Amino acid sequence: MLKVEDINVYYGAIHAIKGISFHVEQGEIVTLIGANGAGKTTILHTISGLIKTASGKIWLNDENITTASGHNLVEKGMAQVPEGRRVFAKMTVQENLEMGAYSRKDQHNFQADYDMVFDKFPRLKERRKQLAGTMSGGEQQMLAMARALMSRPKLLLMDEPSMGLAPILVDEIFSTIVEINKTGTTILLVEQNAHKALSIANRAYVLETGNIIMSGPAKELLGNDKIKEAYLG
Amino acid sequence: MSYFIQQIVYGLSAGSIYALIALGYTMVYGIVKLINFAHGEVLMMGAYFTIFGIISFNIPIILALPISMVLCALLGMFIDRVAYKPLRNAPRISALITALGVSMFLSNFFKLLFGAEKRKMPDFPALKGGYVFGDVTIPYKAILTLVLTLVCLITLQIIVRKTKVGRAMRAVSEDKQAAQLMGVNVDLTISITFAIGSALAAVGGVLYAINYSQIFPTMGTLTGLKAFVAAVLGGIGILPGAMFGGFLIGIVENLTKGYGAGGWSNAVVFGILIIVLLVKPEGIFGKNTREKV
Ligand SMILES: Nc1ncnc2c1ncn2[C@@H]1O[C@H](COP(=O)(O)OP(=O)(O)OP(=O)(O)O)[C@@H](O)[C@H]1O
Ligand SMILES: [Mg+2]
Repeated sequence: MLKVEDINVYYGAIHAIKGISFHVEQGEIVTLIGANGAGKTTILHTISGLIKTASGKIWLNDENITTASGHNLVEKGMAQVPEGRRVFAKMTVQENLEMGAYSRKDQHNFQADYDMVFDKFPRLKERRKQLAGTMSGGEQQMLAMARALMSRPKLLLMDEPSMGLAPILVDEIFSTIVEINKTGTTILLVEQNAHKALSIANRAYVLETGNIIMSGPAKELLGNDKIKEAYLG
Repeated sequence: MSYFIQQIVYGLSAGSIYALIALGYTMVYGIVKLINFAHGEVLMMGAYFTIFGIISFNIPIILALPISMVLCALLGMFIDRVAYKPLRNAPRISALITALGVSMFLSNFFKLLFGAEKRKMPDFPALKGGYVFGDVTIPYKAILTLVLTLVCLITLQIIVRKTKVGRAMRAVSEDKQAAQLMGVNVDLTISITFAIGSALAAVGGVLYAINYSQIFPTMGTLTGLKAFVAAVLGGIGILPGAMFGGFLIGIVENLTKGYGAGGWSNAVVFGILIIVLLVKPEGIFGKNTREKV
């Protein structure tokens, strides 16, 4: 579904991503774990076309999207829940969801999608008219996820969806991710909460200062001593 | 009392023009955080295009105005692409200086093309006179100005609040990256913002020409500056603020003139700006909202 081939990404002189390759197959949950500053967000931004690669290739299904304009990727079936939620604070919940559906061709047929996201996140339904910026962090995270789902993505990139949330909400978010995956959406999940991420993922990659230092089935990494020591505390 | 009301009528009429121009400043600022100093020149060009259409090509004003709006919209987009887009990620001061440069270039270019002298706007017999209520006259020109302005303001509100393009504009002005992640073409949306702002400036330019019966290459400079003040007064980046600021300045200016302090009108306008900025730096409509992170 997604294939990243030997990409290098720079911020000016900073070599943030140093020749990374990985892939995500249809139906999987793949997680990318790593400490602060490892380059996780940079990778997701690169896949979404917000940053350009210096070299390497990115394939979505069988299409080379390395140099595609970022705004065209949603139409191709890719959505992202960005780090820090990034909901549109001055827009209502409803308008945020409409933004999520921005790239859809069928602009008037959202009812089924609203039902779907309100079913997953009932709290949002009561707050349709509320400005997103006035909602709690947890509610904003739900909105960010709902917003991404409104594009009916085949591949969903998620950047630290559990960041800053209370433990009970973290559990809720992770079970929602599993649920989204079960309904046919492939997921690339970036997390610092390695334990949680590894426990729901099929496969995992471990990132350290711009390099992938380890990869494999999530269950194996969960039992790996080095991983335990470095990321699972 | 009727004298006072008369001044308010003139003030609303002048304020309409400021409001139309102020909207362009505030929209562009809202989306790219740039004070587009060339915006006043777009007003000037809008007036020139319209009047040339009328005089040289015999186009009726009802057609000349929309043509001029389209030309100004294209020009606004062109200015953005050529002068500002390359500087999108540069320090803000670079873009600001560029904007000043574009402004000077355009007014001087028009001086070169058409001469510095003032040209008379053709008379429209239909616009002579006005409704008389006792001692108060409401000139037809003022009615035309207000009506046209209100139509523009309402249309703009509908576009920004209710349409997909408007939502995209608001999304881009809040968070460009997030907007792009939704599939919004950010560059195109910025272009559209420039286009709409410039089309409104064209309307402002034509109304200016009708109300003051003349056009000249530097007509946009002071008018633009005052409209900019209006935008800041209302709270830069906030559309209703720009409208309110525009009308406020028009009224204040006409009251100062009407009560014998005409020489002071600019001082009063800028004095108000200074006071508002001291008391409420984010402008009258500005909210100092903190967003949850
Ligand atoms: N806009 C930028 N300009 C310069 N350097 C950047 C920029 N964004 C990120 N970096 C650098 O690139 C490296 C990778 O950053 P990135 O944000 O991808 O890390 P991350 O793994 O997502 O970290 P976190 O877990 O804290 O979100 C870091 O060293 C960071 O300082
Ligand atoms: Mg990150």
